[in-house]
Amino acid sequence: MFTWLHPYAKTERAYALCNTLLPYFLVTAIVGLVVGIIWGLLFAPSDYQQGDSFRIIYIHVPSAILSMSTYVAMAAAGFVGLVWQWKTAYMSMMAIAPVGAILTFISLFTGAAWGKPMWGTWWIWDARLTSQLILFFLYLGIMALYAAFSDKTQAGKSAAIMALVGVINIPIIHFSVEWWNTLHQGATITKFGQPSIASSMLWPLLISIAGFIGLIGTLTLMNLKNQILRREINRPWVTELLTTKEMNVNKEAN
Amino acid sequence: MNSETHLAEELPANQATIDINTLPQNNRVLLSAQGISCQKQDRILFEDISLTVASGELIHLQGTNGAGKTSLIRILVGLSTPDTGSVSLTNSSLDNYPLIYLGHKLGLNRHLSSVENLQFWANMHGVSISTDELYALLARFNLVGLEDVPSGELSAGQQRRVSLARTQLLPANIWILDEPYTSLDTQGVSFIQNLIDEFVEGGGAVLMTSHQSLQSRLPVKNITLEYRL
Amino acid sequence: MSRTSPLFSIMRRDLVLAFRQKNELLQPLLFFVMVITLFPLGIGPGPETLQKIGPGVIWVAAILSALLGMDKLFRDDFNDGSLEQLQLSNISLAWGMFIKVFVHWCGAFLPLLLISPLLALFLNLTPPMYWALIFTLALGTPLLSLVGAIAVALTVGLQRGGVLLSLLLIPVFIPLLIFATSAVDSAAMGLNYLPQLAIIGAMLCFAIAITPFAMSYAIRVSHH
Repeated sequence: MFTWLHPYAKTERAYALCNTLLPYFLVTAIVGLVVGIIWGLLFAPSDYQQGDSFRIIYIHVPSAILSMSTYVAMAAAGFVGLVWQWKTAYMSMMAIAPVGAILTFISLFTGAAWGKPMWGTWWIWDARLTSQLILFFLYLGIMALYAAFSDKTQAGKSAAIMALVGVINIPIIHFSVEWWNTLHQGATITKFGQPSIASSMLWPLLISIAGFIGLIGTLTLMNLKNQILRREINRPWVTELLTTKEMNVNKEAN
Repeated sequence: MNSETHLAEELPANQATIDINTLPQNNRVLLSAQGISCQKQDRILFEDISLTVASGELIHLQGTNGAGKTSLIRILVGLSTPDTGSVSLTNSSLDNYPLIYLGHKLGLNRHLSSVENLQFWANMHGVSISTDELYALLARFNLVGLEDVPSGELSAGQQRRVSLARTQLLPANIWILDEPYTSLDTQGVSFIQNLIDEFVEGGGAVLMTSHQSLQSRLPVKNITLEYRL
Repeated sequence: MSRTSPLFSIMRRDLVLAFRQKNELLQPLLFFVMVITLFPLGIGPGPETLQKIGPGVIWVAAILSALLGMDKLFRDDFNDGSLEQLQLSNISLAWGMFIKVFVHWCGAFLPLLLISPLLALFLNLTPPMYWALIFTLALGTPLLSLVGAIAVALTVGLQRGGVLLSLLLIPVFIPLLIFATSAVDSAAMGLNYLPQLAIIGAMLCFAIAITPFAMSYAIRVSHH
């Protein structure tokens, strides 16, 4: 069923695939982010309750939504690695991890910044913020585990197991934190309800989500390319690739 | 057994196969590995090794430090998986215990005495053995008086002998020994070598590594792993 | 040669070893009691306050002491090669490790259950709260051991796995903490806490089914 994927288990083919895919993601990222954010920040109407401060959703919502999917993507890569024993799957897993961690951090940061005008305080133990914080810890744990091993195949396998444990746990964490929050509601104001968003606000949001997807893809692929080169530095095809690049640079310099 | 002819064949690792003609006809293959390769820390240790271990063979695996002897042995016993290729043990339904492995780690808990360690190991393999039998066994291994001392208090050589005594507990047909002679005195070495020879003559097979050349009365088959950059 | 039960022999050996290293078993327990002593000193001895924070304090302390004690769960067996021999024997590694975790739980958490009346006294818990606490500890601590054992098996080959182990496990233990403390809170208010216990029980059943395979795979990775 997945036999068409098998060639990409070879690092050289995976590197070529990265190069093929990179332009598409890059274009999506640039167009999506420029259009979505400019539209959202400058042209979308301001919210009747929150005024202009709501505009942070054009960064906060994409990063918050996608940080979770990025974790799932990372765990999926780990699963592929464990089942088919592919080195490239572990490499992609670890290429996604820092991107996801930074995305989670962005969503936490923007969430806190949004909280200041809304709640009058930078941090509140809101269910969503708390889940994001735990997700951030999960990302950091996996990166720390991977970094602790000197044999990177072993590191990849270990990180994959832990990512799978995490991915089983994420729904439980999410559910339990929501529940915990409703129990202790007394102290906090619930974040406003979920009114249907006007389409003039929704479109820029969707475009900037697309832009974020492009950005995640771009950064992951660039990271993966670097990892492949670093790990396979002694392979002939890498040497060849690097020397031709160097020659081109020299030519341009002359 | 053709113990007069000392055939020491030096083969490069990636062609380490056995010339079938030199083997006696009744020897059956106990373990075979096909095309195994191994990478550690992104360095290729060895590639495409095929070898078989048949009954009545004493194989001495050689190679410089870092050539991958231990990695190869761990793959052969099944502790780690090769990056490519496969290892198969020829299991007849009669053999409950295909192999005994002794590695760098001796598998002795330092809080348990020699007798307890051996008894547990035998029990774990589904064999019960009486304390008297173990005392007799340890006496053969020159460990009289140390039977009930916690293993952590024994010297390195004594610990090594306790763990080598395991080979006498199970009717396995292959012993795979990684540096069994480490920290043994010369008497100990010749005693163990004698055990190995008897076992091989009785139809067993031994694959071992050692820095010293083997003082065996039997034909030794040498396999050399070369260090690869 | 007569046959004997290999799994039983593993259990007996680990029990003997636990008994010979009694001191090391006591350390996490003492740590647990001392951490709990710190809270009244730090927050103030008001009975109402203590009753309010009690369940959370006990559970946080239980998680911390579990992390402290669990680091040693497979370490000796890994370093001296006993786990290699277990992997090569005819017993399934998953079963063997499950039994090891069970024995470890008996040594580390049963004493904790036994001294919990004392803690209830320290933190001014009411009898219903105390019973809820016992039930959550009885169901929740095996879950701590089982899930923790996966991470222990992954980090056992590392020189300094201790802090890393905590980093990996604390986020994973959060749901358990939430459900367990809320069960005790419900008991304090005289409400039914069966739902929380049921959720913890369900998580425990799931963990019993899955984690032995995960930890045996993890130890294979460490043996690589």
